[in-house]
Amino acid sequence: MSTVFIALQANEETRPIIEAIEIDNPQAVVNRQPAMVKIDAPGRLVIRKSTIEEQLGREFDLQELHINLISLTGNVVEDDETLTLSWNS
Amino acid sequence: MDMKVAKKKLGLKEKYKLMTRDLGWDTTYQTKEDVFPYVGYEGIKIHDWEKWEDPFRLTMDAYWKYQAEKERKFYAIIDAHAQNNGHLNLTDARYLSALKIFLQAISPGEYAAHKGFARVGREFPGVGTQVACQMQAIDEIRHAQTQIHAMSNYNRYYNGFHAFADTRDRIWYTSVARSFFDDAMSAGPFEFMIAIGFSFEYVLTNLLFVPFMSGAAYNGDMATVTFGFSAQSDEARHMTLGLECIKFMLEQDPDNLPIVQNWIDKWFWRGFRVLGLVSTMMDYMLPKRVMSWREAWDIYGVENGGALFKDLARYGIKPPKGWDDAEKAIDHMSHQFMLGLYQWSFGTAFHSWIPSEDDMNWLSAKYPDTFDKYYRPRWKHIKKLADAGTPFKNYGLAKLCQCCQLPTVFTEPDDPTLTCHRESVYNGQKYHFCSDGCKNVFDNEPEKYVQAWLPMPQLFQEPINGDLGAWMEWVSLRDGKDNGDYAGSEDQQNFEAWRGLATTNQ
Repeated sequence: MSTVFIALQANEETRPIIEAIEIDNPQAVVNRQPAMVKIDAPGRLVIRKSTIEEQLGREFDLQELHINLISLTGNVVEDDETLTLSWNS
Repeated sequence: MDMKVAKKKLGLKEKYKLMTRDLGWDTTYQTKEDVFPYVGYEGIKIHDWEKWEDPFRLTMDAYWKYQAEKERKFYAIIDAHAQNNGHLNLTDARYLSALKIFLQAISPGEYAAHKGFARVGREFPGVGTQVACQMQAIDEIRHAQTQIHAMSNYNRYYNGFHAFADTRDRIWYTSVARSFFDDAMSAGPFEFMIAIGFSFEYVLTNLLFVPFMSGAAYNGDMATVTFGFSAQSDEARHMTLGLECIKFMLEQDPDNLPIVQNWIDKWFWRGFRVLGLVSTMMDYMLPKRVMSWREAWDIYGVENGGALFKDLARYGIKPPKGWDDAEKAIDHMSHQFMLGLYQWSFGTAFHSWIPSEDDMNWLSAKYPDTFDKYYRPRWKHIKKLADAGTPFKNYGLAKLCQCCQLPTVFTEPDDPTLTCHRESVYNGQKYHFCSDGCKNVFDNEPEKYVQAWLPMPQLFQEPINGDLGAWMEWVSLRDGKDNGDYAGSEDQQNFEAWRGLATTNQ
């Protein structure tokens, strides 16, 4: 199965986001590189607003992800609650 | 006291519809064809522009809010960099060569992309497409500006940064990136989207921005990490736009497939050649390296590009024609490039150097099948000549590829000891190429590429007429300051002296 990934800047704002991604995607692998964190997952990765809010302790708009986003792959589907990356094959 | 009633917030989909689709209108006193005259001639058939989806559903109000926050973060760090002698925190001033190439070749490309997206945003009839292209046009000009601003801090102290606009227009190696963007901007709107949005952004920019910016962090360059990641936060949106555009074309009409495939083949190869310079930046120019070009290619080329083309196979898309030749070149290209840059260093507005013994040991560990066999012996020979006081300089002019405009320094895909050379005859004139990929691009559109401005023929025209000194003046290259070997350069001497001052009380 093809790998999807999302890469975020390594900073205070993304720490709880990365924790939330790990909670929602037990199969994901977190690679910590200089100044950035790259999260790989087989086929599919889901980012959930509610889990980020629990980790962060405040309301979070999923579009805030844009500020610290470095890169991603896969087909993107976003609504108010989730952002999903997936490959069809 | 009244109870505060929370206003019902619009959902993402609803807001996107209101603030994007509902901004469009149908023309009444002009025909659609007259308003959007360029959308048909490439042969791409679109039946329903409403099917265009921006998966992020970003609207202009949210766009301004998040971009403003990115700018605030960027300038906070740029100020700190300038206030705290950030330029002395670099691992080594050799690193600056990578930045100089970036400023001379890549940042002007961002500006070109801005112009291109402003144009195609006007040329596409769909409102969703127009809004997405408008955002990208603003992103790209922001990238050019923030990059130039960040690197201006280095221009105060080091050579080679002062004349990037002249360098972009006139020096030889920058014409590689320039011709890539000129080629895209002079294509139709759909081809432009494949060239920049898909091939460059989706398939290739990960290789440029991600490991290289991480490398900047490793080398103490706070300014570049900041502009790099600030730019890259937009790239994720650009990549998604590129992928969306390609899926849109393929879903709209089966007749679009062969046209799109042909563009993928062309622009993958064009992009691969432009990014060849990045291989050298990663393998040779970062004093502290984060990963090799080969390792970056395995992650972002083989794994990620492979996944993408597997996904697109459902539409009948095949991996680009040059894919296998690219793979065969990966273990050779950074070495071939650096050997080229070193021998022509009299004509570059950055420094190159002979890799140290430590550097060569790292290269041989990262390239076990190629470095010791093909490249270490050449560097050792070059080192011997330099030690004897007769450094190897090639004052002959490089033969350039008519398509990618790089010197034809690459080898045959299946024989690393033989220089690759192809030629085509068109209207009685002979044209030279570095590879099958570049020859194919030319043969498909010879009328376009016979018009290419090539830097080497320019040397023999007005105002230079074959005079090397006149050429240096024309390209704003200061001999003995901006060019040549890093060892003994002003940059090296100044960096060491200033760092000494910064860390002692002398």
